[in-house]
Amino acid sequence: MTIESIPVESTLSDVGNLGGTTKVNRADYLLGLLSLRGELPSELGRLQERRDRAFSLVHDRAIPTTRDEEWRFTDLSDLLRLQFQTRLPSEIGFPQLEDFLLPESTNSRLVFVDGVFAPALSAVDDLPDGVLVGNLVAGAELVPALPAYLANQPGGDEVFTALNTASFTDGAIAWVPKNSVVEAPIHLLFVSTTEALSHPRCLVVAQAGSCVTLIEEYVSLSEGRYFTNSVTEIYVEENAEVRHTRVQRDSVSAFHIGKTAVSQARDSRYTCTAVSLGAKLARHHLEIYQTGEQTDTTLNGLTLVDGDRVGDTHSLIALSQPYGTANQVNKTVVRDRAHAVFNGKVWVPKAAQMTNAAQLSRNLLLSPKARVDTKPQLEITADNVKCAHGATVSQLEDDEVFYLQSRGIPADQARKLLTYAFAIDVIDRISVSSLRDTLTRLIRVQTS
Amino acid sequence: MSDVILSVQDLTAEVDGNPILKGFNLEIKAGEIHAIMGPNGSGKSTFSKILAGHPAYTVTGGEIVFLGQNLLELEPDDRAKSGVFLAFQYPLEIPGVSNVDFLRVSYNAKRKHEGLEELDAFDFDEVVQSKVTLLKMDPSFLSRSVNEGFSGGEKKRNEILQMALLEPRLGILDEIDSGLDIDALKVVAGSVNALKKPENATLIITHYQRLLNYILPDVIHVMADGRILMSGDKDLALELEAKGYDWVLEGEAVGA
Repeated sequence: MTIESIPVESTLSDVGNLGGTTKVNRADYLLGLLSLRGELPSELGRLQERRDRAFSLVHDRAIPTTRDEEWRFTDLSDLLRLQFQTRLPSEIGFPQLEDFLLPESTNSRLVFVDGVFAPALSAVDDLPDGVLVGNLVAGAELVPALPAYLANQPGGDEVFTALNTASFTDGAIAWVPKNSVVEAPIHLLFVSTTEALSHPRCLVVAQAGSCVTLIEEYVSLSEGRYFTNSVTEIYVEENAEVRHTRVQRDSVSAFHIGKTAVSQARDSRYTCTAVSLGAKLARHHLEIYQTGEQTDTTLNGLTLVDGDRVGDTHSLIALSQPYGTANQVNKTVVRDRAHAVFNGKVWVPKAAQMTNAAQLSRNLLLSPKARVDTKPQLEITADNVKCAHGATVSQLEDDEVFYLQSRGIPADQARKLLTYAFAIDVIDRISVSSLRDTLTRLIRVQTS
Repeated sequence: MSDVILSVQDLTAEVDGNPILKGFNLEIKAGEIHAIMGPNGSGKSTFSKILAGHPAYTVTGGEIVFLGQNLLELEPDDRAKSGVFLAFQYPLEIPGVSNVDFLRVSYNAKRKHEGLEELDAFDFDEVVQSKVTLLKMDPSFLSRSVNEGFSGGEKKRNEILQMALLEPRLGILDEIDSGLDIDALKVVAGSVNALKKPENATLIITHYQRLLNYILPDVIHVMADGRILMSGDKDLALELEAKGYDWVLEGEAVGA
């Protein structure tokens, strides 16, 4: 007992010290990230107040620890080892982007390199009258209403969201006026080339009765240890429709923390298909705020992790009005010693009567050391609603493998086919065919 | 003896330590249709799964010789490639894999095994369309995910389509008739009859005599408690239908 108690005590005091130093380090580290912030172009001057507020908010905070409830399962300690400096953006050309361009978006594409807008690589043409797709600065000149939307979603106090708000310089804007239908998908391509810190920012406003398809994609030209901290704000106004595909294909050494905040007005429809394939540590905050009745929300998620990587999705569907419909399916495939996290909150307060909500978390563990933490979190106080949720964590079923084997398919190939099938089900919901084909190829490689 | 497809001698097997087969013997020759009937829990389905190589069952004694080779030494996929086909009682759903892709992978696995060139999607389509026509199936079957959202009858017909493509030497139909309405039953039985060839054999596992009105077996075996108690021609099925399984089981008890 005595012998055992010594290491226990020393471990405890170590943790205490470590906790103490880490806390200081985490605040200092965050200040270091904040000090790299860029200057806001003067055209966006009206935003300065929100930006200053975000700055002072981050100033007094620290990088979260696993003692923070929201970060219980995802440890950011490894991020603290990375040091960043202000860098000039890399010069890249079309040949390096070849694999990432979508034929459907030849004339509706914005490219950002290490967070900086690259006009020479972007192309915006032939859009319907009044539709504006461009860098935020241009948007602020042309759309006086823009500052009313930017950095104005709930949840902006979250530390990484605030860090982005305090730091971003460039960003994508897609402004779709009333009743306008944009046929071509808008492709927002964020390319990382070096070990940089970047704060991609997107603002999408779909005004009443409009319809737009959005592809937000994060890719890498290197295996660098960079840090992408993105925020996308989407406003789906009355009876408008936004189909959003978010693809995270960052370097497997990179850190990716991303926020998608969506406001849905009355009768609006929003679909998000979020695919997370890369990054050493990826975290996606997906937040839906209902502001009017009879909204329709569909959230599809797929995370593939292997090695010792971490893939984390934290979602919130905050209903506040009656007759809303929400369908969410989140799938993860976890190999090796990798770790997947899903935390899905659904709020159905008393005002949200006649809500029909369903959430399903499905997780496939492919090795004994793979780990998943899944936490459906439904808070329902309305009494006349339909709300269903389920979570499954499984390995491949012997019976499934046997069924394929009995048709002449070897066990190893059968397991790959079943894993592929589990994942591809999410990809099949993407409407842009070239992107769907690319992702199908990537899933095929990652499941074989 | 070259026309013997399957020979089972004194087979014993267990699952989770519980004996299920207790000295099972069977011989099937080319061109024959055999039916194994018996009450629930008699071990019929277990026997079919052991033939196909299901990992949950452990063979504790006896032998199974299929076309002159020891079947028990082969992995399930090698058994399939050698010509054993099991139509499942409960076919599995595989969302995300289209039926036609699944059929092609399976068909090509067999072709590769036979030293033939694998077919690309285009050439395979021709092969599969001819089978779909032969079985009077709706071609939309092919583009749907394997068995996902299929009705009971559609799942069973999909099993028969797989059998038609793989052209097994021994087709085992495990309760292919359970849960089928009479129209679906006629279609499935008609398909099985259409696929009959003199060099192949079929083993039907069923609880009900009804199926045997549409597929005429050469030999009927009655199974209970892990063994075959009685064998006969198609009249045996009618006698069973009239007198029930108790008649065989009681006879066994008196004989013992």
